[in-house]
Amino acid sequence: MIIQVENPVVEVHDLTVSYDRKPVLWGIDLTLPAGSLVGVIGPNGAGKSTLIKAMMDLLPAGSGYVRIFDKPIAEVRNRISYVPQRESVDWDFPASVFDVVLMGSYGKLGLFKRPRQADKDAAMDALQKVGMQSFANRQISQLSGGQQQRVFLARALAQNADIYFMDEPFAGVDIATETAIIELLRTMREQGKTVIVVHHDLQSATEYFDWVVLLNMRLVASGPADQVLTQQLLEQTYGGKLTVLTKVGELLRKQEFPARES
Amino acid sequence: MREFIEFFSFADANIRFVTVGSVLLATSSAVVGCFTLLRKRALVGDAVAHAVLPGVCLAFMLSGTKNPFILLLGAFVTGWLSLITIDFITSRSRIKEDTAIALVLSVFFGIGILLLTAIQHSGNAAQSGLDKFLFGKAASLVGEDLIAFSLVAVLLLVTTILFYKELAMLCFDKAYAKTIGYPVRALELLLTTLTVFAVVVGIQAVGVVLMAAMLITPAAAARFWTDKLSLMLVLAALIGAFSGVSGAYVSYTAPAMPTGPWIVLIVSMIAILSFAFAPGKGWVSRLLRQRRNKTLILEENLLKLLYHLGEEKQDFHLPHSLQQILEKRAIPKKQVSAGLSKLRKQGYIEKTPAGWQLTLQGQRRGERVVRLHRLWELYLTQYLQLASDHVHEDAETIEHIITPELEQRLMEELDYPVLDPHSARIP
Amino acid sequence: MNAFWIILTGSLVATCCSLLGCYLILRRMAMVGDAISHAVLPGIVIAFLLTGSRDSVPMLIGAGLLGVLTTFLIEFFHRYARVQADASIGVTFTWLFAIGIILISVYAGQVDLDQDCVLYGEIAYVPLDLWITEGGLNLGPRTVWTLAVVTMLIILYIVLGYKELFLTTFDPAYAAAIGISTSVWYYSLMTAVSITTVASFESVGAILVVAFLVAPAATAYLLTDNFKTMLLLSVVAGILASIAGYYLAVWIDGSIAGAIATVTGIEFMLAFLFSPTRGILVRKKQLQPVQH
Repeated sequence: MIIQVENPVVEVHDLTVSYDRKPVLWGIDLTLPAGSLVGVIGPNGAGKSTLIKAMMDLLPAGSGYVRIFDKPIAEVRNRISYVPQRESVDWDFPASVFDVVLMGSYGKLGLFKRPRQADKDAAMDALQKVGMQSFANRQISQLSGGQQQRVFLARALAQNADIYFMDEPFAGVDIATETAIIELLRTMREQGKTVIVVHHDLQSATEYFDWVVLLNMRLVASGPADQVLTQQLLEQTYGGKLTVLTKVGELLRKQEFPARES
Repeated sequence: MREFIEFFSFADANIRFVTVGSVLLATSSAVVGCFTLLRKRALVGDAVAHAVLPGVCLAFMLSGTKNPFILLLGAFVTGWLSLITIDFITSRSRIKEDTAIALVLSVFFGIGILLLTAIQHSGNAAQSGLDKFLFGKAASLVGEDLIAFSLVAVLLLVTTILFYKELAMLCFDKAYAKTIGYPVRALELLLTTLTVFAVVVGIQAVGVVLMAAMLITPAAAARFWTDKLSLMLVLAALIGAFSGVSGAYVSYTAPAMPTGPWIVLIVSMIAILSFAFAPGKGWVSRLLRQRRNKTLILEENLLKLLYHLGEEKQDFHLPHSLQQILEKRAIPKKQVSAGLSKLRKQGYIEKTPAGWQLTLQGQRRGERVVRLHRLWELYLTQYLQLASDHVHEDAETIEHIITPELEQRLMEELDYPVLDPHSARIP
Repeated sequence: MNAFWIILTGSLVATCCSLLGCYLILRRMAMVGDAISHAVLPGIVIAFLLTGSRDSVPMLIGAGLLGVLTTFLIEFFHRYARVQADASIGVTFTWLFAIGIILISVYAGQVDLDQDCVLYGEIAYVPLDLWITEGGLNLGPRTVWTLAVVTMLIILYIVLGYKELFLTTFDPAYAAAIGISTSVWYYSLMTAVSITTVASFESVGAILVVAFLVAPAATAYLLTDNFKTMLLLSVVAGILASIAGYYLAVWIDGSIAGAIATVTGIEFMLAFLFSPTRGILVRKKQLQPVQH
C-alpha cells in the first residue's frame, strides 16, 4: 500500500541512506501531499529520524534524491524548518527561552545581520502560540521536558516556514503539552503548512495524522491514515525482522562495499 | 655506526641498566594505557601526568631531599587528587568531563610550574635536576632512582597480569561485571591507582608534558593490529619497549637531545604507520580492500555481460568481440581490456580469433552473478515492495556480495522462484 | 611600568582565550583546545627558522595553519583511520609537540626559544623587547601590539559571527537544517583558536593558554545562564587572574604564567563552591528547607 500523489510537497526517489556503509534505509520511493499532517511511524531502529534527516539533506544519500516543492533542497532551505529531538542539545546551555526562539530568525537574516524588532515580535508571538510567553526570560536549564519541547516548537514557528520536520515532538512530554502541540499542528495544517512528524505511539496515530508513512528499514506503506493503519500493514512493519536485509547490510559494511557501483 | 655497535653490544654496564630501566618504564605505562584507552579515558592520563608536578615539588619542599620514594609519594598524592577532582567537578556541577580534564591539567601544572620556579629561584643547590620531570631523561636514571622506578614498573606489570581477567571485564562491560558479582568499584580504584603509578614512573622516561603519549599511543597503535585484548597488551608492551630502547640509544648518542620527545616521536611514528598500514583496520588496507571490491565488481560484471550475451544467443560458448562487449555496457575500454585479460588468466574466459568466450567455469560464475542479481530484485520487490523498475540499481551492488549461505536463505524465503520481477528466468 | 606591560599582556591573552574558551567548553572541545595549543609548536619553530623573527605576520599565519591542520589530523585519524576520538587527540598533539621540542634542540643556536619557555613562556621579558620607531619614539613592547591586534580580530570575529556561532554551538543540526554551515563556523573557530595560541605562545607558554581557554570560561559558566554575560564574565575572570597572578608570582618569586594559571584555578574553585546559583555549598543551603 504505497500511494503516490500528484504535485507532492516532498518527493523522495529511490533513496538509500547508509551509516558507515551499512544501509539503514533501502530504496525509499515516497511522495507526500501538501497541507497535511504526516506521521512517520515504525519500530525503534527503523530509520524514522534518518528518513527526515535525509529529506532535509542533513545526511548524505547513498543513492536517489529528494525534492521539496519540486526543487533541490539547497534552493528551498528558507522554507524548511526542523524540530530536532529534545535530547539532541545540551539544555544546560547558557541561553534564555527567548534566545532560543529568536534563533528561528537566523536563517532568513543572513550573515552579520542582527535580529530586528520585527523578528523579536515574531519570536514573542510564537511563544504565545505555545503558551510560553511568560517564560520568555527563563533560563532553558530550568524548563521541564514538555516546556523544552514547546520552546523548540516556538522556534520553528517563529521561522514561519512552509514545511516542518519534527523528530519525536511527543516523546516524554506531559498530556497538557501533547494536546497543546497537536492543536497547534492542526492550526498549522489549516494554514496550508505541511508537517512531517516522527512518532512512535500507534494509539494516537489514527487520531493525529491525515497521512501515515510506515517504515522499517524500507517503506512498508504510505497513504491516508485510515487506509494505512491496518492490522496487516502494521504486522508487516513491526513483526518479523528482515534478517536477510540486515545481514546484507552488515556484509556491505564489513567488506567496505560502495552503496552504488561506480 | 660505531656508537650503534657500542650501544647494542650492551658491553657497558651503565648502558645495560639504562636500557633495562627505560624498557620497564615504557612497557608498564603502555600496558596500563591499554586499559585506560579501552575505558575511553585516555586523556585522563594526560591530566594525571601534569598533576604529578606539584606533588614532586611539594615533596621536595617539605622533605628537602630528592629521595625517589619521597618524590614518588608526592607525585602519587597529587596525581590521585587530580583524578578525584575531575570526578568531583563533573559529578557535582554542570561542567562536562573534557572541560574538567583540561581545567585540572592546566591548573595543577600551573601550580607545579609556580612551585618549581620558586624552588629554582630559592637558590637551594639540591634542587638541580627536578626540572627533568618536565621532559624526562632516561640516561640520567641511575642508582637508587633506577632501582626504585624499575621496582614500581615490575610491580605494575605483575598486578596487571594478576588482575587481567577482572580488568578486562571492567573495560569490556562494566554493567555485566557488576551483575556477576565483580567488585567493580574496587576494580576501578585499582585501575586508577595503576594509572597514577604508570604515570609516575613513565614520567621518568618522557616527562610530564608528553606522558600522555606513553599511555595512549602504544595502546592506540596496538589496537589496530588485533581485536584480542591479551594480544593487544603484548603488542603495546613491545611497542613501548622498542621506544624505550630507542630513547636510551638517543640519550647515549646525543646527550644534548631531550630523550622524551624522541621516544614520543618514535612511538608516534609506529602508531601512525599502524593507522595507515595495519592489515585489516589500517586506512591503506581499507582503501586496498575497496579497490579489490572494484576489481571484483568489474570482473563479475564482465562475466555477467558475457552470460547475458550467451542467453540472447542461447549458446554460452560463442565468442564475442571487444566491440560487442563495449556496446552492451558503457565501461571504459581500458578497464574492459584489463578485466578481460585478468579473467583469462584465472581461466574464466578464453580468447579465440573471433573474440572472447566463456569457459565452463566462467559460465558458472556468470550464471551465479545473474542468479543473485535476479534473486535480489525479486527479494526487493516482494519483501520491500519496491517498484520493479527501481530494483535493478540496488541489485547491481548486492549481486557481488551475497554469500552462499545468504543465497540459500534467499532461495528459501522466496520459495525457490523461477522468474524475476522482469519475468526473466532465474538460472 | 614593567608590571603594567606584563599585566596588560596577560590581560590581552586572557581576553582572546577566555572568549574563545566559552565556545570550546560548550562544544565539549576543551581538550581540542589543549591539543591545538601544544601542536602549534613545530609551526612556530619552522616559521621562526624561515623568517627569523617572532612577531611577524607569516609566523602567525604559518603556525596558525598548523593549528587548523591539527584539527584536520584529529578528524582524519578519527574518521578515516577510525582511531577512537580521545586517542586521536592524544596521539596527534603529543606527536606534533615532540617534533617541536626536537626542532628546538636541533636548531638550538638559530631559534630563540627554549624548552622551558615553550611550557611557561617568558612574560617577564615582554617589556624588554620594545618597538622603537626610526624617529626614536618608544611605542612600548612589540608583543603587546601583536596581541592587541589579535584581540581586536577575535572580538570582531565574535561580534560579526555572534548569532551563527551561538546557534552552531547550541544546536548544529537545526543550524544545518536552516542553511547555516556548521563546518564553516567550526573551522573558523579553530582558526581563531590557533591564531590566538600562536600569538600568546611565547609570552605565556602552552599551559597558560590552556588554562586561559578553559578556566575563566568554566568559572563564568557556573556563574551565569546568559551567554553574553558568560562571555563578559570570563574576560573579567581572565583579567583579574592576570593581575592577581602577577603579584602572586612577585610575592613568591616564581613563574608568572604558573601563578596566573594557579589563580584561574582558585577562581574556578570559588565559583564551584560559592556561585549564588550553582555553588555546591550554596546549593546545599537552598535544598535544606525542601527536605523537611
